[in-house]
Amino acid sequence: MADAEKIIEIEVLRYRPEQDKEPVLQTYKVPFTDDMSVLQGLQYIKDYLDGTVSFRWSCRMAICGSCGMMIEGKPKLSCKTFLREYYPQGLRVEALAHLPIERDLVVDAADFVAKLERIKPYIIPKEARTLEQGEYLQTPQQRDMYEQFSSCINCMLCYAACPQYGLNPKFTGPGVLALLHRYNADSRDGGQDERMKLGYADEGFWGCTAVGYCSEVCPKGVDPANAINQNKMNSAINYFTRFVTPGRADK
Amino acid sequence: MEVFQADVAIVGAGGAGLRAAIAVAETDPKLKIALISKVYPMRSHTVAAEGGAAGVTRTDDSLDYHFDDTVHGGDWLCEQDVVEYFVAHAHEELVQMEHWGCPWSRNDDGHVNVRAFGGMKIERTWFAADKSGFHMLHTLFQTSIKYPSIKRFDEYFCTDLMVEDGRCQGVLAIQIATGEFTLIEAKAVIIATGGAGRVFRENTNGGIVTGDGMALAYRHGVPLRDMEFMQYHPTCMPGTGLLFTEACRGEGGFLLNKDGYRYLQDYGLGPAEPTPRNKAMELGPRDRLSQAFWHEKKKGRTIEGPHGAVVNLDLRHLGAAKLHERLPLICELAEEFLGVDPAHTPIPVLPAVHYTMGGITADGKTAAPLPGLYSVGECSSVGIHGANRLGSNSLTELIVFGKVAGVEAAKFAKSMAISNPGAIKKQAEAAQARALGVVTRSDGKERLAVLRTEMAQSMEDGCGIYRLQADMQATCDKLRELRERYKNLKIDDHSKVYNTEWLLGIELGYLLEVAEAIIYSALNRKESRGSHQRLDGYEKRDDVNFLKHSLAYYTGDGAPRIEYGEVKITKSKPGTRAYGAAGEKAAAEEREREGAGNG
Repeated sequence: MADAEKIIEIEVLRYRPEQDKEPVLQTYKVPFTDDMSVLQGLQYIKDYLDGTVSFRWSCRMAICGSCGMMIEGKPKLSCKTFLREYYPQGLRVEALAHLPIERDLVVDAADFVAKLERIKPYIIPKEARTLEQGEYLQTPQQRDMYEQFSSCINCMLCYAACPQYGLNPKFTGPGVLALLHRYNADSRDGGQDERMKLGYADEGFWGCTAVGYCSEVCPKGVDPANAINQNKMNSAINYFTRFVTPGRADK
Repeated sequence: MEVFQADVAIVGAGGAGLRAAIAVAETDPKLKIALISKVYPMRSHTVAAEGGAAGVTRTDDSLDYHFDDTVHGGDWLCEQDVVEYFVAHAHEELVQMEHWGCPWSRNDDGHVNVRAFGGMKIERTWFAADKSGFHMLHTLFQTSIKYPSIKRFDEYFCTDLMVEDGRCQGVLAIQIATGEFTLIEAKAVIIATGGAGRVFRENTNGGIVTGDGMALAYRHGVPLRDMEFMQYHPTCMPGTGLLFTEACRGEGGFLLNKDGYRYLQDYGLGPAEPTPRNKAMELGPRDRLSQAFWHEKKKGRTIEGPHGAVVNLDLRHLGAAKLHERLPLICELAEEFLGVDPAHTPIPVLPAVHYTMGGITADGKTAAPLPGLYSVGECSSVGIHGANRLGSNSLTELIVFGKVAGVEAAKFAKSMAISNPGAIKKQAEAAQARALGVVTRSDGKERLAVLRTEMAQSMEDGCGIYRLQADMQATCDKLRELRERYKNLKIDDHSKVYNTEWLLGIELGYLLEVAEAIIYSALNRKESRGSHQRLDGYEKRDDVNFLKHSLAYYTGDGAPRIEYGEVKITKSKPGTRAYGAAGEKAAAEEREREGAGNG
């Protein structure tokens, strides 16, 4: 291939807790072709230059959510970001911002997963149905109400983008709030009241200051900012109706 | 070493492992479940499945049709009693997924929609746009959070099975974040670790699909069954091998050669018609389509691209609106990775390794010949795929047999106690020393990536779409050499925290052994059937000698020992496997024969 000779410099933020007091940058020269992703560049480093560089990856096709990292300061999936975009100046890759670094480009995902577990991310049926009764009916329009929010791949790019999460890690954060909304907006679900106890708490929807960077970096068009906005609206309406609707005050 | 006492341990938390975990929890909430996965569950490779999951749904469909499609598609190497169970339970498991929230695509009346798939007589594939696996996986993962008895070990890498008193009683795993070992004692163990596609160079699989569970069971004497049957998917991305779902063709896509000609009509799949016809042309089975590509290339009728020969997957006539509704991920992949808008330009594609039909020998209830051990999903050979899997049968397999594995393992666990924990501890210590041996060796010379690349290239050369004795022998010899060189592996990274190079080193050991099971099974099968096609005097199916399952047994450092097992035939006697107009003619003749027989 004609362009096989091109070399790009990849600067990798290294952190090996057993030997580094703090993260340090290390530069590698990587031969590349125009169809190579940043992930493939990192794989080249690991395979042929330095086996100690650690990063997560699997599917290579932007669906497993493993390979998020900061690329030139922006949260991106390395599998669908291409080296050619950074040639000839080179690029810097770092672990996702706002999350503790476990090692090199690997961040600790435990906080995200714990938050996901807390919002009851499963159908709490509005009405029970046996398998013999078949599927719940749901029109394409009803499906459209939540489908977008169900497309979250849990890559955590939005957490690295969210300034509020950076300031206050207790904030539930964009991805998980979008998933909370995903279940609330599902016509089969009746668990809204249970979930909204969390949604309306300080660390829920109102923790968001509507910067909207989460939606900008989302690789799947989930638009968490939209999910949060809809719920701020619902929350305000709910706050109002609890005073005017008999029997709702305790919900 | 930490010790955790479970009733049931499940290795792998993709679709099969999660479904099994939920089944154990629902069988008896008192049973303690350890769900062990080397990645967070939502990273598992189920996530990448696109097209959908098959289950008889329409009133004009029948269980017999699904059975026949599956058994014919598998070139009669299926366990027919297991296929009967499978087709009978597919629909209810898909409904169960719906009740758990899976966002299946719908008809206007609110019922679940179905789409056409290759080799299927009637539309019966449930789908969630073209992210069916993604949605099934996330639905199962998120639903599993409901069950407090499921204790997850996320990012724990399994290095061995504990086998004591003739039964499987636990696993040893490395906590990846710390490099520390945990022994998980269990009265029953379910392996749900997925396939082994990464033994081949160009493949659709994620980096984690390294045959771990297959290798572990194999080392403990469980035979790997029908490993020579590796599925090439006909429509993959040049260079990376990424998948363009069969649903592209289910929705009406065409395959064109360099002259813009729908070449499949030259390979017994015609006639070519403007709209999709089930079991014909682009909706033929994957083995036949990949083989047709090979012949087109040989005839010089493919297109030369930067990564070799390709053909065109033409979706233009479907229109942008339908493409974005039904195939959004395909549009995204084509646009972002290839710079191609499928609404205006055909997508260049080629066949790549996609699926491991064979696996850990399992009976119809997922039990291995080793008591206490079960397997489910792509790692398992429960017997429904035979010599060629039909698209959309594997996602359904995860949930139908995931449930079976969970129920069976729970039953077994309740009837057993852990015996001889002292001996198990000793085993765990020995297994720990072996795993550490991969990383602590200081005098190694061989670079991991070099060995892995040579293996994958050799498998592609010797065990591709068409196979020759001499090439297969060369691959056998190469693997022998690589297994020797593997003993001299050099690992740069000697740290404990998140040492991925160490894990890659252990995975390479798994890959090499599974690769040997594949190539020796292929070498010994002197016939052509399904995805195993030879060009060296064994071009025909040979039911007299090879209507049999291959069984590869581990022999330590030596080559695997290949034996054969019977195939369970219940109601479908081996016949001619034909598609397109020829298939319809054969089916009509069969009906006539049966009619005459009844009269």
